[in-house]
Amino acid sequence: MSNQTSRPAGSGRANMKRELPEHFRSYKHVWVFIEFEHGRIHPVSLELLGEGRKLADKLEVELAAVIAGSGHDALEEVAKTSFSYGADLAYIIDDPVLADYRNEPYTRVMTALVEKYQPEIMLLGATVLGRDLAGAVATTLKTGLTADCTELAIDGERSLAATRPTFGGSLLCTIHTLNYRPQMATVRPRVMAMPVAQEGRTGRIVDFKVDLKEEDIITKVLDFLPDTANEAAQLAFADIVVAGGIGLRTSENVQLVRDLADALGGDWGGSRPLVQKGWIPAERQIGQTGKTIRPRLYIAAGISGAIQHRVGVEGADLIVAINTDPRAPIFDFAHVGITADAITLLPALTRAFRQRLSVNRMAG
Amino acid sequence: MQIFVCIKQVPDSGQIRVHPVTNTIMRQGVPTIINPYDLFGLEQALRLRDRFGGEVTVMTMGPPMAVDSLRKALTYGADRAVLLTDRVFAGSDTLATSYALSNLILKAGETWGAPDIVFCGKQTIDGDTAQVGPGIARRLGLSQLTYVSGIDDMDLTDRQILVRRRGDHGVQVLRSQLPVMVTMMEGSNEIRRGTQADALRAARAEVVQWNAATVGIPDIGLCGLRGSPTVVKKVFAPTAREETAEMVPTTDSSPAAMADALIDQIFTRQPALQDDLLRQAAGH
Repeated sequence: MSNQTSRPAGSGRANMKRELPEHFRSYKHVWVFIEFEHGRIHPVSLELLGEGRKLADKLEVELAAVIAGSGHDALEEVAKTSFSYGADLAYIIDDPVLADYRNEPYTRVMTALVEKYQPEIMLLGATVLGRDLAGAVATTLKTGLTADCTELAIDGERSLAATRPTFGGSLLCTIHTLNYRPQMATVRPRVMAMPVAQEGRTGRIVDFKVDLKEEDIITKVLDFLPDTANEAAQLAFADIVVAGGIGLRTSENVQLVRDLADALGGDWGGSRPLVQKGWIPAERQIGQTGKTIRPRLYIAAGISGAIQHRVGVEGADLIVAINTDPRAPIFDFAHVGITADAITLLPALTRAFRQRLSVNRMAG
Repeated sequence: MQIFVCIKQVPDSGQIRVHPVTNTIMRQGVPTIINPYDLFGLEQALRLRDRFGGEVTVMTMGPPMAVDSLRKALTYGADRAVLLTDRVFAGSDTLATSYALSNLILKAGETWGAPDIVFCGKQTIDGDTAQVGPGIARRLGLSQLTYVSGIDDMDLTDRQILVRRRGDHGVQVLRSQLPVMVTMMEGSNEIRRGTQADALRAARAEVVQWNAATVGIPDIGLCGLRGSPTVVKKVFAPTAREETAEMVPTTDSSPAAMADALIDQIFTRQPALQDDLLRQAAGH
């Protein structure tokens, strides 16, 4: 097992213990790509800083935030935020060409930055932007990329152990990138806990320049149409989520879920069968192929709790399951369960919650 | 105009069952389908061909049985189909897959003319990575347009294409230069039913079958398991929680009584949430 160190990089898939080739040993540090678009930091980037901090501490290396865009003041603000969420340093790449996200210039600057500063691990959000960028950067660098990880750890060999759902979420697998650096992974929003910001925590800024010319970039952004009906995008970040499954029996009964969510000031969604039946829009699907949520309270009404659904909700602080079948798998991972028909219980719950909350309003 | 469409034969995930005792996947007898997102790519390709002329070539890398999916694609109206099949590709991760497919595209380009557009689905329903499309784009030096929800216009003289691309906060309208790699979103175009003529033609059509040697893969070491930087160390079932749900008693209860018992339970476990909810209600 130890006599394979002389094999060149990429010469083959060997056992797990093989040592990293000499020229990859200079790769140090953990990086998080900070998604900064239209003046907003994507929350997944902050979640990744929390996760990246743990990996960096374990490896005893620094955690860097990578910030690309246009306008140094704004990017410095992003760096400050990144420091408060755990970054030791921030690479800032400021260029007018980077104002809007486009694959080509972003891939170029990320690739150049990696080649110069050589991170051991690079994490990105599994968002539209993150997936678009990560796939292109990993291919350019000819390194491994693991998508949609649900857990990240360092094993004894300084190797990133990236766990992700496989077979449509029915099983998990742990993937390593051997003999190639950096080790790249994407993580979906809300899978990792949001770290607590530490006010006053600072770090250093490294400015990085890449020679970019607008005329060299083939793809042009002609227009941007922001989402106006954006409420569904908030689902992943709601404190309280009520969701319905096939136990609702008819599309009209989806309203019962919405009513309860309303009473609690929360958001609502459903399991995959409801999307397939066209009862709810796809952006309200909760689960492995839909949205991952981490609410303080999750109420699942008439959802049996297939593993795909479980993957999307198990980060919730309190999972409450309502199902007529006492053997439904959802009771295996819910904290509180009740054997009842969602169609009769949901309206009763809505009434009872409204009553309790309005009593207080009168008293207050 | 040459359009290439990359498809993948995948298990119909709606039909996959997990063994109730061993918690392992039961793949026996699970029917295969064309990855649904790839069909949006195929449909878009056929529409462009119908409007601008040219040919649609559908291609895949996979085991010999993937020929079924290619034949199915022909029934929708694709002009020809190519299968890249060879044991050296077994165990490919997304980097190795994009290497093989980019070489397949190069060979197909030499044979029938270089593609103006290569379509893929935004992701597959079995791997879910969304990495192969970008991988092909990078390897072939094509402009990469992912998560495309529609092609608004194309001009073959100026070789320009205008697309809508779904972002996390809205839709980008992008103009790019052919040749491009496009990965298509769901619901972007209703999939056509092929004509009877297409079905007849598909039944008789030859599906071109190539292997690593006929395609002329430059470096076999970059294929299959050997060429895959990522290695699956273990596959396992998610661990069950230690204790199962605490069940709220329901014997002879009215819905109102059950609701009260359930809310008591929720607030006992989450007093802070109760406080916040009450504060919120009082503030209204």
